[in-house]
Amino acid sequence: MNSMIKWVDDRFPLMKMWNEHLAEYYAPKNFNFWYFFGSLALLVLVIQIVSGIFLTMHYKPDGQLAFASVEYIMRDVPYGWLIRYIHSTGATAFFIVVYLHMLRGLMYGSYKQPRELIWLFGMFIYLALMAEAFMGYLLPWGQMSYWGAQVIISLFGAIPVIGDDLTLWIRGDFVIGDATLNRFFALHVIALPLVLIFLIVAHILALHEVGSNNPDGVEIKKNKDANGIPLDGIPFHPYYTVKDIVGVVVFLFFFSVVVFYFPEGGGYFLEHANFIASDPLKTPEHIAPVWYFTPFYAILRAVPDKLLGVGAMFAAIGLLFFMPWIDRCKVESVRYRSSIYKINLTVFIISFVVLGWLAMQPATPTLTLLSQVFSFLYFGFFVVLFITSKNEATKPVPDRVTS
Amino acid sequence: MSTNNVDTGRRRFLVASTSVVGAVGAAFVAVPFLSSWMPSERAKNAGAPVEVDISKLEEGRMLTVEWQSKPVWIVKRSAETLANLTKNDASLRDPASENPDQQPPYAQNENRSIKPEILVLVGICTHLGCSPTFRPDIGAADLGGDAWLGGFFCPCHSSRFDLAGRVYQGVPAPTNLVVPPHKYLSDNVILVGEGEEAA
Repeated sequence: MNSMIKWVDDRFPLMKMWNEHLAEYYAPKNFNFWYFFGSLALLVLVIQIVSGIFLTMHYKPDGQLAFASVEYIMRDVPYGWLIRYIHSTGATAFFIVVYLHMLRGLMYGSYKQPRELIWLFGMFIYLALMAEAFMGYLLPWGQMSYWGAQVIISLFGAIPVIGDDLTLWIRGDFVIGDATLNRFFALHVIALPLVLIFLIVAHILALHEVGSNNPDGVEIKKNKDANGIPLDGIPFHPYYTVKDIVGVVVFLFFFSVVVFYFPEGGGYFLEHANFIASDPLKTPEHIAPVWYFTPFYAILRAVPDKLLGVGAMFAAIGLLFFMPWIDRCKVESVRYRSSIYKINLTVFIISFVVLGWLAMQPATPTLTLLSQVFSFLYFGFFVVLFITSKNEATKPVPDRVTS
Repeated sequence: MSTNNVDTGRRRFLVASTSVVGAVGAAFVAVPFLSSWMPSERAKNAGAPVEVDISKLEEGRMLTVEWQSKPVWIVKRSAETLANLTKNDASLRDPASENPDQQPPYAQNENRSIKPEILVLVGICTHLGCSPTFRPDIGAADLGGDAWLGGFFCPCHSSRFDLAGRVYQGVPAPTNLVVPPHKYLSDNVILVGEGEEAA
């Protein structure tokens, strides 16, 4: 065994990579519950790639055949229903895990110097993931697929001057049709997964270069022993690989419950209108995006102007990219920050959730007003943060990590 | 390799100029790939005009036909509906249909139609492309009560249009619904997709 590893090591940096990224990668010893979601996101990616590959073996990316081929997968392909439900549940799981992972970053200031690039790569992963999910949602070619895509592609039509030509170029036809479906399939199964994998590698390489943050926001590299190993660090393998396996087991438990008992998620994971084949003449009575896009959709709906609404929606995502520079506070973890920040972050989380709920309701005047209030609070988070974070009344940060 | 007597200015110039030539080449290579996303010749040729027989269309009812894969609505309006149209003017964005992109010249009138009672519209919301629903019920409580004199309501983002397809103020849709080019082949037959100017 050892001689075989030596043979490989003389030709390829196998043990070097193993040590750098696992056995001798020292992570803070105080990771808590919130630190499960990075490795879980990686697990969901693998689930999506494997189930996705098997779905492409039966699916037909053709305007005439697509809807029926999904029905065929569900009814006639042995275990096709299971593979499809794993893939559709995986999409929802991906966003749950990624949202919690991002919230962790906001709570513990993981985007701050020197981790700005980790955060930026992460935001690009989020963007690519949204594109991946959106294009995947067109493929079943049901009513929601069709009209959801119609709305999202029309967003680009709001751009002055080039808008109309841009939407035509994206669709490849004067309306959403076979050309659109075919190219979205290509992007969904080849182009975007490649982009995602590249970004994830960059995200992890950047993380392992500067080292992980932790719930105390204390740099463990400041206190090293005689061998240059951080006093508060423990090797990722075996300590955190084992810890993450516990997380995986719990995650798979919930994942299986959804796959086997609630695959449609009450109409939130697979929307009811999508069980009807796409009809370009009739928009479903009540149209709402899948749950993971709803907060941004509510912001779009809250603004009674086409260009401003689309602008506000993109700004809601775009502002997150600038978190490392909007937040000017030197203290990283929420544990040692002022109550202003704690309240501000809480309001932000509540706004995000309420906006998500509002977008699933029919648009009545009262609810539209509520959407406007919570959109205002959502953007208020960034404004208040920028103003208050410069001279924030923070608590003393300990020298070493606690417990 | 000797590093003495290296002409760094010359080296920088060569690196910069070859990079620029390479970038121009890459831009040329990108053209065919990006162009391949534009509508194909087959897509451009589809979408022939559609003939519609409206002899069976009753007053107050709407007929939907497909033209270029888009819904086209034909509504037969009553005299009362036509009289009500001017009452909306104050609350509309473009009551006089001054935006020339939204209708052919022969439909740029107070009823936005060739024959006053027959309205022909592309049933696609000018906001984000949903197909609004036909709501002729006057005074609908969910659409503003007494002020609602019938029209179209987009379920996606609550844009409202009156029974001439004119957009209300304070909704996300920026412009009136589009009147497609159309003409009458006889009293009861409309050709959608080819206007009077082409005849």
